[in-house]
Amino acid sequence: MSQSLGANPSLPIRCIALVGNPNCGKTALFNLLTGARQKVANYAGVTVERKVGLVHLRNGQTVSMVDLPGAYSLTAATPDEQVTLEVIEGRRAGEDTPDAIVAVVDATNLRMNLRLVLELKRLGRPLLVAVNMADVARAQGLKIDLARLSSELGLPVVETVAIQHNGHAQLLAQLEQQLAQPWPSAPANTAPASSADLQREVRRILALVAPLAPIQGRFQYRLDAVVMHPVWGLVVLAAVLFLIFQAVFSWANWPMDAIKGAMAAVGDWILAHMAAGPLRSLLVDGVVAGVGGVLVFMPQILILFFFILLLEDSGYLPRAAFLLDNLMGKVGLSGRAFIPLLSSFACAIPGIMATRTIANWKDRLATIMVAPLMTCSARLPVYALLIGAFVPERRLGGLSLRGLTLFGLYVAGVVSAMGVAWVFKRVWMKSGYQPLMLELPPYRRPSLRNLAQGLWERAHIFLRRVGGIIFALMVVLWFLSTYPAPPAGWDAAQGPAIQYSFAGMMGHALQVVFAPIGFNWQISIALVPGMAAREVVVGALGTVYALSGADASVADALSPVIAQGWSLATAYALLAWFVFAPQCLSTLAVVRRETNSWRYPLFMAAYLFVLAYAAAFATYRVTLWLGG
Amino acid sequence: MLLSQLPNGAHALVQRVVSASADVGTATLRRLGELGFIAGEPVQVLRRGPGGREPLAVQVGETLFALRLLEAQCIEVQAIDVCVN
Repeated sequence: MSQSLGANPSLPIRCIALVGNPNCGKTALFNLLTGARQKVANYAGVTVERKVGLVHLRNGQTVSMVDLPGAYSLTAATPDEQVTLEVIEGRRAGEDTPDAIVAVVDATNLRMNLRLVLELKRLGRPLLVAVNMADVARAQGLKIDLARLSSELGLPVVETVAIQHNGHAQLLAQLEQQLAQPWPSAPANTAPASSADLQREVRRILALVAPLAPIQGRFQYRLDAVVMHPVWGLVVLAAVLFLIFQAVFSWANWPMDAIKGAMAAVGDWILAHMAAGPLRSLLVDGVVAGVGGVLVFMPQILILFFFILLLEDSGYLPRAAFLLDNLMGKVGLSGRAFIPLLSSFACAIPGIMATRTIANWKDRLATIMVAPLMTCSARLPVYALLIGAFVPERRLGGLSLRGLTLFGLYVAGVVSAMGVAWVFKRVWMKSGYQPLMLELPPYRRPSLRNLAQGLWERAHIFLRRVGGIIFALMVVLWFLSTYPAPPAGWDAAQGPAIQYSFAGMMGHALQVVFAPIGFNWQISIALVPGMAAREVVVGALGTVYALSGADASVADALSPVIAQGWSLATAYALLAWFVFAPQCLSTLAVVRRETNSWRYPLFMAAYLFVLAYAAAFATYRVTLWLGG
Repeated sequence: MLLSQLPNGAHALVQRVVSASADVGTATLRRLGELGFIAGEPVQVLRRGPGGREPLAVQVGETLFALRLLEAQCIEVQAIDVCVN
């Protein structure tokens, strides 16, 4: 490999790894270097994100670059760090060993970041240092003598500004130069180095390189005095959450309607252009309706993630975790669980995927287990239907009774999540004391490029999920609701066709189970296709009551029918059931993927079922007793 | 003196990191060192979370961390007077 390489475009692609502390701007630099040409996946067998992209150098050469998870040191303490270490050392099966390493350091925090550089240097691999956020350092009056830093470290050093469109120019030029000749490296030093030894060396270097460094210039203490204040901080947090919810539930309306409309149009088009038959039914009722029912949450998920990425990039989220850690610690969850649980209000699927940031396995599992208790937006159509039909439009102290009921259902979800977490952490997943040790980075202005890139990634992951396992489940459910077909000579007057299908049989069988909680056979049948996505129950009830039409009109037509046909106790019991609603198969599939075992999704379904049943039973009996 | 005993706003220097409880193992102690809690490093307790107990927002060197009480109890410090600048 080390013969004269020259600026020859036919060179073999070299693989370079980006390594750095968390919060050093490494991923922003990676986005700048690779642009949209990146592939995001998981490392085999673990849920650690693997990001690979191509970097085009100015001389036409192309190198592949991998963005390794952030690490505080090369002694791995988290799965992320474990992956980083194994990839660098070439011990991770199926991964190319990087030919060279670019160590990214935060110019405003060399005191911490240089320790990792010194550790990397001891590996004896080709290494280059990118001093990132050089603009912020300059603005803070921090002068770093890069030439001196380079000579003291014995490594090439360049300056980068990951949030400027040309902020990687020096790095590209340096890479070109390094690749044009054999890249020298220091001899490996395998003797263990203690943090204290490393820090002594860092102090020595800093005294030479940035002797006049202003101390504590990084943080905006005045802002923190408000944001992290025991009272005002919580007020700010509540306001932020309110804004996010407002956005998720009002801004998402028109794109959701557009998706629904598009799906309906596709369905109609297929109906008009295909002969009737099983294939058409599969396409229209299974694929288009089923996948569309999940896709419709895409706008809400994207809006939610937009805010989460914004808060993450700006440095706010760890502070929210700081504020909530004590509260969440009381039920055994980590402050870090805040972000996944927040995401779960849109949909539990991205929420469960976001638990990856929780290093402790038991803490993570507890968070995954309670994520479905956060009221996801799929429950809203069901809530809206039932509240519209059974809760009178009255005002209670200036507030709408219907609004209060909806709020109460949300609160019931959160309270039961806290209770369940408390029980789990005491009975099953006892993990004892867990350290927090969460970095609170300085506030930064989020970059549009990173927001866009992050959002694109989320959308991509979600769509792949919809296209894979969720798609397969929809087809199975379609089959269950369609076959066997009603007998010859059947007409609609004899009841809905779904009665004769497997789903119908299951519904009738289930009615024995559900009768004590007041569910009639129509509800029992609707719960079966409702396993696809909770809001499908509304459409399924429409089918059972032999109504037809688009989703929205079904709900309108259904409201008077059920208001007449169901008792108040039945309606309330169904509302209570949906607070827990165990039957979202997509969520269970994602839990299976994230935990690599069927044990946890099965347990989750079982405990949610028991809770849902108990809550519905209690609600039904109490309402009956009160005269409902 | 332990880091956890410092009042909000107080400056100190880290003296050593030792386990203060059977719940805190060597892995946690090593991590504290890797995060910068190393003898001789300046620390400051900026504030505590709602309730006034934990977590603690602690600046070590140029980095701010949220620590729970038990971690903070593992860090022995020597308080120093720093003129507020």
